[in-house]
Amino acid sequence: MIALLAAVLALAASQTSKGMPPLQKAPPTQRVAVGAELYAEHCISCHGANLIGTPSGPPLIRVGAANVDFQLATGRMPLEVPGTEPMRGPPSFSRDQIDAIVAYVTTHGGAGGPPTPTVQPSRDLTRGRVVWEDNCQQCHGATGYGAVTGFGWIAPPITPATPQQIAEAVRVGPGIMPKFNEHALPQRDLDALVAYADTFRRPDDSGGYSMVSAGPVGEGLVGWLVGVGGAVIVMLLVGETLKR
Amino acid sequence: MIRSLVRALDDRLGAAPFLRSALRKAFPDHWSFMLGELAAYCFIFILLSGTYLTFFFHPSDARVVYHGTAVPSLDGRTMTDAYASVLKLSFETQVGLLIRQAHHWCALVFAAAAITHMGRIFFTGAFRKPRDLNWPIGLTLLLLVMADGFTGYSLPDDQLSGAGLKIAQSIALSIPVIGSWVAWLFFGGNIPSTETTNRLFAIHILFVPLALAALLTLHVAILWRQKHTQFPGEGRRENNVKGSPLWPTYTVKSLALMMGTFGVLLLLGGFVQINPIWLYGPYVPWTVSSPAQPDWYVGWLDGALRVGPPLAIHLGPYTISALFWPGVALPAALFAILYAWPWIERALQRDHAEHELLQFPWQNPMRTAFGVAVLTFTAMLLLAGSDDIQARMLRISVQQLAWFYRIAVWVLPLLAAAIAVRICRELQARHAYEGDHPARVVLKRGEEGGYEEERTLIPR
Repeated sequence: MIALLAAVLALAASQTSKGMPPLQKAPPTQRVAVGAELYAEHCISCHGANLIGTPSGPPLIRVGAANVDFQLATGRMPLEVPGTEPMRGPPSFSRDQIDAIVAYVTTHGGAGGPPTPTVQPSRDLTRGRVVWEDNCQQCHGATGYGAVTGFGWIAPPITPATPQQIAEAVRVGPGIMPKFNEHALPQRDLDALVAYADTFRRPDDSGGYSMVSAGPVGEGLVGWLVGVGGAVIVMLLVGETLKR
Repeated sequence: MIRSLVRALDDRLGAAPFLRSALRKAFPDHWSFMLGELAAYCFIFILLSGTYLTFFFHPSDARVVYHGTAVPSLDGRTMTDAYASVLKLSFETQVGLLIRQAHHWCALVFAAAAITHMGRIFFTGAFRKPRDLNWPIGLTLLLLVMADGFTGYSLPDDQLSGAGLKIAQSIALSIPVIGSWVAWLFFGGNIPSTETTNRLFAIHILFVPLALAALLTLHVAILWRQKHTQFPGEGRRENNVKGSPLWPTYTVKSLALMMGTFGVLLLLGGFVQINPIWLYGPYVPWTVSSPAQPDWYVGWLDGALRVGPPLAIHLGPYTISALFWPGVALPAALFAILYAWPWIERALQRDHAEHELLQFPWQNPMRTAFGVAVLTFTAMLLLAGSDDIQARMLRISVQQLAWFYRIAVWVLPLLAAAIAVRICRELQARHAYEGDHPARVVLKRGEEGGYEEERTLIPR
């Protein structure tokens, strides 16, 4: 029901934006005004008027542009059910609308958090891998597949995220993820990390059908079903069964 | 050809009487009697494939810098020679990856085959006197297979197995009084040390395989001397063995199983990826990925650690670590009971007779219930070992799931045993009712509302 409502609202919102000139070219005041409208429609019930927060949602004072962009662009916000884990999904807003909300939030007390990072192409996969192994694989797994973090929450898979979103997550630390600032993770390391994370989209499947998501658990299952199962089929073919 | 070969041997050795009886030895035809052979063929396959791997693997913890195009993200990385040699063996050696994968698949199937074989032996009472002699040898073989599997899995010095090795070392250290010596003996120092891989290699390719070969020979020699058991039935009595002669019928059957086993293992090795160490990365002691599980035959011990109580005991300056109970005491107690089972059962059921005929599981509810309980217990521990993966699939809290297993590990075996006893009793009642003849029973409801049975024996 809430999802349906959100979808209708999103649809309505995208209809209104079509009738207007592209927001990128629109004067900043107009973008902020559109953002304010969207904020009042979709965000205010949890994050409160003037970003001060409510019992259902945290304040957005000084969260920063990168955080707002990450939450909206990965479809984590708006949340269907307050208090549940924000999960990746199709974004509810267009790129222009997200920029408008970011403009509204950062001009109304939300500025000050980690700035929106930029990612430069990097070829240093070896460095990126070391950064990943030291900082990320404990929750997101050696192959970026993700894993549980406890109490029903998960560290999500990395493959759906764009380089920009990965960089934002690193700097912002959404949810229970720690945030890594420029001192913890210099820009060059971030670039290398994002380049390495991109290799998860095409994992090296040398050796055949890959079960990396399940690891030795999947291998054990295949060993029993195909290995022992295959041998038992041979036994049944050459051996006999009991006749009553 | 066989005849002339036998004659040539007989001229020189006088071996004809032995060969005559050996080639005509009767092997029971029931398929489940081949499960042990499956394990034996796995042993042969693992020796052959492992021999090939020894030509290329470097059992060395020396630090080297890897340069290769096969894994771009490891180019220029410092790692142990062991890990680098496995990368080279996987990507730059003729059929290296195929053989390595088939070798690893074989280890998984080997342990599974040994356990399935023991299940057949256990649930049909094949371990009873005089074969109680061979039961502890079989259990020791299973332990050796698990030990060889674990040491082999740890050799490439990758992230996943390195973390497992550190856990194994911690468990060894938790043994009171002798723990530090045990850990030193098996790992050559505090992991990561420069001796670990070399020592594991010696255990993996020398000591354990030698012990396996010696005990397997003894196992089969005792079987040969004592002859096979068989299911009761047409013409099968306590004082005979009915089956196919070793030559030619059973030889062909057995060779078919060998070819089938080798075929399945090579197909798996060629088509299904196993232990992709280039994705896990080289072992560094300060990090570990998630999820992380060992190979399945060790998984039940991992599960025991996950659901074990945080029960550290402090005796003055000495501490018995919480790892000791699930990591050492529990498996030791379980295997002690399994080793002693033939004598426990004999004492409980006051059955000191020799048995050449097998029982069906329903004929001995107590034994069946115990076996079902042990299997359920270890299966629950094995499942608890992958609780994080299940929690993610089910979208529930891993903490709650751990609590489920803490209870299920003890409750479900009892429940399963009770259900097993019930099923055995029902089957006993049915067999008592039908006697030797299967019958078709039609249940009819009379006009009064009562029920009547109409029994027709099905002719053989």
